[in-house]
Amino acid sequence: MDATVLGAWVATGLTLLIFSFLYKDNPLFKLAEHLYVGVSVGYIIVKTYDTVIVHLVVKPIVENGEIALLIPVAIGMLMLTRYVPKAAWLSRYAFAFIVGMGAGLAIPRTISSFILKQIEDTVRPLMSMTGPDGLAFSMNLLNPGSNLNALIILLGVSSVLFYFFFSIEHSGAGRAVARTGVIFLMVSFGAGFGYTVMARMSLLIGRLTDLIEFSDASYGRPTIWLLILMIAVLFFLSRRDQEHPPDTH
Amino acid sequence: MIFLRRQLPLLITLITGLLFAGQYYVPHPASEQMLTSATKWLQIIGGFALILGVTSLFHQHAVKIKRQEAGWGYSFVLYAGMLGTIAAGLWADGKESVDGAMTAFGWVYNFMMVPLQGTMFAILAFFIASAAYRSFRARSREAAVLLVAAVIVMMGRVPLGEYLIPLSGDVSSWILNVLNSSVRRAILIGVSLGAIALSFKIIFGVERSYLGGGKE
Repeated sequence: MDATVLGAWVATGLTLLIFSFLYKDNPLFKLAEHLYVGVSVGYIIVKTYDTVIVHLVVKPIVENGEIALLIPVAIGMLMLTRYVPKAAWLSRYAFAFIVGMGAGLAIPRTISSFILKQIEDTVRPLMSMTGPDGLAFSMNLLNPGSNLNALIILLGVSSVLFYFFFSIEHSGAGRAVARTGVIFLMVSFGAGFGYTVMARMSLLIGRLTDLIEFSDASYGRPTIWLLILMIAVLFFLSRRDQEHPPDTH
Repeated sequence: MIFLRRQLPLLITLITGLLFAGQYYVPHPASEQMLTSATKWLQIIGGFALILGVTSLFHQHAVKIKRQEAGWGYSFVLYAGMLGTIAAGLWADGKESVDGAMTAFGWVYNFMMVPLQGTMFAILAFFIASAAYRSFRARSREAAVLLVAAVIVMMGRVPLGEYLIPLSGDVSSWILNVLNSSVRRAILIGVSLGAIALSFKIIFGVERSYLGGGKE
């Protein structure tokens, strides 16, 4: 059998097994779920072995003589001392190195990229230069760079930051600002939800497209045959559960 | 002994933290080289962290099989998937294709991992929709705002939505590019301030939980 045709049968089978969860939690779904975890972990192991061990450690040491790379290998090996209770404290050196380096790298980069840059993009001129000495206030909402949108962004950022600032009581004018922040947050959560749903829909369309493609005679119509088989198995499992209810204790 | 077990790790954190925080402000080729090497070192050390995770998963399922807990047979499926993928990957030298031809590892990726991953996330569409149906009730003004924003963004992302509500595409873009980005920016600024504070606490030894408990 051609590898692509075999692949079509396997991909269709696995897709249908996962979709069977829409009926109810069943052994077919659990099988596919565990296979997914196993294949994903196996894939990550191979990719990490290839990227880290082969390309970052073995090749540079053997081909270029970069002996200094044995230091991170040694630090990494210290992590494995977690399995030896008496020597487990040695793993602290590895964690101390990683955490210290991560914290050190994070401080200036976070200040620069996530605080100063974001504030710079938020606090923009409220008027635009249109000529040698002309000023204009652009009201075009569809242009994210317009002056009106700059004002809305400034209002949104300030009010949301104020909402999360609990050092003063949110009363009077502060309450109004905090409420504005909540409205901005709700719009953002709604937009995030809508965006996520549509992204999942896009994945769903992709899977259904594959199922339609694999129902073609050139693949041996795996979608049709495996769907019939799966329905039969689910029907059998359902009957078996009715006759012998699973022990819940 | 307490110096080796407790104080030396804190000293290592302090030195590496200050060194790499300072590196950003030294625009010298040697400093850049140090950053490049450090990034490579982090990747190598991170690779060993994976061993910890994988052995933990292996151990957990081995215990499940040994005790014959409910669903222990699925642990064999997990092992088979993992070992099969590793074998295919090592055989193919970690490459999905060689000279345009798909390897066994590429086959596993294309015909097993992609469908499994895609379908697993795709079924979430149904559950998100059903959860939304049950919980999206405009009980308050804030909930109504959330509902309206979600509907507009969903309508604006598909041709049918734009056909039914012609303005939905533009309004959706405005919500995403202006309102949503202002909130994301505010949250990013807040989270960043917290991350910096935590980084300082780690470097100066105030926060030590990453060292774990156990014997001093």
